[in-house]
Amino acid sequence: MSVVETRGLAKRYGRTIALQDCDLTLPEGQLAALVGPNGAGKSTLLNLVVGLSRPSSGEVVVLDGIPAGSLAALDGIAYVAQDMPLYRNLSAADMIHLTRNLNGTFDDAYAQRRLDDLGIEPRRRSGRLSGGQRAQLALTLALARHPRLLVLDEPTASLDPLARHDFMATVMAAMAEDGVSVVLSSHVLSELERVADYLVLISHGRVRIDGVVEDLLGTHRLLTGPTGGERDPGWHAVQETAAGAQTTLLARTVAPVPTAQGWESRPVTLEELTMAYLREEKPSTPWTLVEVAS
Amino acid sequence: MDRSSPIAFTLDPGSGVPTYLQLVHQVEHAVRLGYLTPGDQLPKVREVVAALAINPNTVLKAYRELENKGLTSGRPGQGTFLSSAVEQVDLTGLTGLRRRLLTWLGDADGTGLDHAGIVALFTSTLRDFDERRETRGAGRRAGGGVA
Repeated sequence: MSVVETRGLAKRYGRTIALQDCDLTLPEGQLAALVGPNGAGKSTLLNLVVGLSRPSSGEVVVLDGIPAGSLAALDGIAYVAQDMPLYRNLSAADMIHLTRNLNGTFDDAYAQRRLDDLGIEPRRRSGRLSGGQRAQLALTLALARHPRLLVLDEPTASLDPLARHDFMATVMAAMAEDGVSVVLSSHVLSELERVADYLVLISHGRVRIDGVVEDLLGTHRLLTGPTGGERDPGWHAVQETAAGAQTTLLARTVAPVPTAQGWESRPVTLEELTMAYLREEKPSTPWTLVEVAS
Repeated sequence: MDRSSPIAFTLDPGSGVPTYLQLVHQVEHAVRLGYLTPGDQLPKVREVVAALAINPNTVLKAYRELENKGLTSGRPGQGTFLSSAVEQVDLTGLTGLRRRLLTWLGDADGTGLDHAGIVALFTSTLRDFDERRETRGAGRRAGGGVA
């Protein structure tokens, strides 16, 4: 079962290629995180998935084969855009009223309960809510439709740490209770390890790596050893830093324990892995890996 | 809300230990120290998820691991409970281990290793040990559902 499937998906704006050769299968019941630098093509991909734009070539289907953008697809997907789309002059209650009337399915009781839990005064204009409350209101409107797929475009970018935690807790609770699948784009790499089942790394309009987070972490190691020393043949360096006599590698390898003399190895975090791949794309740029080998 | 569980999970994001393992370790630790006793209920998945803002699949994985280790059992529709058959390290065993560790620390000190060096050596050896044990154990683990 897949919630999103793309084959040879590409999107061009005039002569600019925003996305190309995109082949993805995102699993159901999981959270897939989309990461990559600004302008990499994350929002382009999300817009194609929710049907806000049409592919230049290739195809994208959602929820087990439904064409993206079709009525059936729209019914099963909820999308919260980057800027928390709310009518600023409408109250929270009005926003609920509006969303209820614009959608076939809407769980009024859920929405009201969430407002209570969040301490949002229903008559307060949404423009006067705090950033965290606005985000939670937009999320509540999306979740009250009981979608099968929730799509979030950088939902926590502008939130303080507490609001970010509460927002993600709401998303996670919806996964646990409703079984909703989630696709979200994010720059907050540190939070992804706790929330992501699946990772898609996009840069320069292409999918760089994608896979189950656990598998990615299980097949990469951070290795520290002598510069110029012997290396295991199974290591594929993604990133390499030499500091005098000591070299640090972030490498693809299946063996947890190095056999080459003088090398130490430890697991990588998702943040380290992501950073290494993001940097690999621009090998000419000088960089230093700030890393304390333990 | 149901009766609250005697254990509340916390996370150490800087530890480098995978989240599900942190949960597993905390249950094991609580059992060893007697905070959790047979029949006690672990928090419901949605409670853990809402408290820590972590993926429910991570919690399910931790609970599955605990069940595979024989520490807990899932009762469909009710939750996950600590099994009656829980091995506890006996105190005399701990005393012996501690004595040998002290001897080892003395040896390490004798070779000129300082505190940080001892910690680094121990940590990296323990990590290798865990990984070897995990590689060995991975084969016999079977999937099991947790309600």
